[in-house]
Amino acid sequence: MNRASRFFLYFTLILAALYALAPMWVMLSTSLKGLDEIREGSLIAAPHAPTIEPWLKAWGTACSGVRCEGLKPFFLNSLLMTIPAVLISTLVGALNGYALTHWRFRGSDFLFTALLVGCFIPFQVVLLPMARLLGAVGISDSVFGLIFVHVVYGLAFTTLFFRNYYIGVPGELVKAARVDGAGFFTIFQRILLPISGPIFMVCVIWQFTQIWNDFLFGVVFAGSDSQPVTVALNNLVRTSTGVKEYNVDMAAAIIAALPTLVVYIVAGKYFVRGLTAGAVKG
Amino acid sequence: MASLGIHNIRKVYPNGVEVLKGINLDIADGEFLILVGGSGCGKSTLLNMIAGLETVTEGEITIAGKRVNDLPPKDRDIAMVFQSYALYPSMSVRQNIAFGLSLRKVPKAEQEATIARVAKLLQIEPLLDRKPAQLSGGQRQRVAMGRALAREPQIFLFDEPLSNLDAKLRVEMRSEIKLLHKRLGITTVYVTHDQIEAMTLGDKIAVMKDGVVQQFGTPDEIYNRPDNTFVASFMGSPPMNLIPATLSINDGNLCAEITIGPKGSGRVQMPLTGFDTSTLDTLTATGASVLLGLRPEHLTDTGRSKGAAATAANLTVPIDLAEPTGADTLICVTLGGTRCIARLHPHAVAGRDEVDLVVDTSAAVLFDPVRQTAIAFASR
Repeated sequence: MNRASRFFLYFTLILAALYALAPMWVMLSTSLKGLDEIREGSLIAAPHAPTIEPWLKAWGTACSGVRCEGLKPFFLNSLLMTIPAVLISTLVGALNGYALTHWRFRGSDFLFTALLVGCFIPFQVVLLPMARLLGAVGISDSVFGLIFVHVVYGLAFTTLFFRNYYIGVPGELVKAARVDGAGFFTIFQRILLPISGPIFMVCVIWQFTQIWNDFLFGVVFAGSDSQPVTVALNNLVRTSTGVKEYNVDMAAAIIAALPTLVVYIVAGKYFVRGLTAGAVKG
Repeated sequence: MASLGIHNIRKVYPNGVEVLKGINLDIADGEFLILVGGSGCGKSTLLNMIAGLETVTEGEITIAGKRVNDLPPKDRDIAMVFQSYALYPSMSVRQNIAFGLSLRKVPKAEQEATIARVAKLLQIEPLLDRKPAQLSGGQRQRVAMGRALAREPQIFLFDEPLSNLDAKLRVEMRSEIKLLHKRLGITTVYVTHDQIEAMTLGDKIAVMKDGVVQQFGTPDEIYNRPDNTFVASFMGSPPMNLIPATLSINDGNLCAEITIGPKGSGRVQMPLTGFDTSTLDTLTATGASVLLGLRPEHLTDTGRSKGAAATAANLTVPIDLAEPTGADTLICVTLGGTRCIARLHPHAVAGRDEVDLVVDTSAAVLFDPVRQTAIAFASR
């Protein structure tokens, strides 16, 4: 490649990166400015008197609706909902994928197809039936209800991920373990799980992002005490007493987005590896 | 160690496909049974049923005289070696061998002793702490056998264990398996599609096709007295020649008349010695057509035929094609309108386009051309 086209290539890439990062920069710089500076200065200028006051307010004292406790309690709600929902849906998905590939039963193909269809059902379709169901079971307006909804909805995806990963694991491996005397769960735990690292990461990242970022289920099914951070952020931004505090809004938005960013940065390389790797070597 | 009985075994899949259509096989304690056949003949299904990995639709499988149809694999006291070796990828070689032992709650010290014994037997001691991905094909094969040996099973099951190895290693491991069987004397069932493996390893061979055992016998019986044309042409490399011939009685001797050459211009009558003519009367009376089965080594050159001279017929045949293999030269000739292969000494054909063949008719088999079954063998 000659210098001109290399220059053009980098120019385009850097331009695209700047374009993608610009909103992030605006959010970050705005969140570190005082209100006066926001009113006077330019949108993209760096803060000349940086302050973390808006962050502290967004975290601890900003009002969403009538509560003025900042995002903190809702952030904790989101963690309480997301972590169990991610773990449960991933583990059950792994078990499903294992059963669908290595313990085929009558109708297993049909079941898999049905699960696949589950991936394409829009959220809105299940809102009312799910509300009735949660009410009937008695877990509406609670964090358990939200966990349940996210597990059920996530199973279609996690099962699909694990099924497609385990289909590449030779059936003879399971046969050998059966001859050795291992049962359904022993084989899953001792043979399959230890080689599931990459797909596990894919599932966790996918599910974490989906569940953490979810707004619709949160706004519909959560009680006032169990609202996730996405719903609280919405309320916080819409609650204004006199002056609109853009710096606090920006800080709150970044706080709400931070966990998914962290997950991507920590586990991103496994994500790519998991999507491209073959299941078993040799 | 134990005997193995397979009685009237049928296997029908839920979609109605019948893969095994009534199999009967019995082998004694310590015998080496080969299941051989092309792909889709049901040999692997039968092995999986012996292992307990597939259910039995009908019939009975016994190990040491005890019915095992409904026992799960782990209670059958068997060990199995798979084509892909099926080593647990996340475990070291040591853990692979110990896995079955620890599941059966064998004490730690005893496990260690077993691993040491097996590793020594198969010379895999330096590999014990490696992962399967760090092993070569031959080493994986050894570890897979080690894992099976650690169980001290009553019956060893092998599912095409050598077909993933390169040609040289395959021959080495073949002799090693045979040596191991000789030393340990464990009853073995071995599935292969390779007829050379079948001939070299087996005490008994069951040749299968389309879910039916075509013939069950010793390698010698299978090779020299095939029950039908499928067995005759499946076993042996190159396969047995099946030459269309007409039977007649000449001077009180049974004779077979065949055409020679690509155009079928020449005809020759060969005396078939050693056949009991009394059983063939009805056939010969009408000048019956038969298929004359002859192994390539029984169509040979004058130099190699010493000793068989008394029962042999001589023909001069044009050579269609010569394939030197080193030790032998295989030549293609046309007899009875079909392509036949003869096994000659390399010097016998050098630079010639015609060859004098000696036919050892005392080793011939006669087949019914319609039903494709054997009607007569020479008595020897």
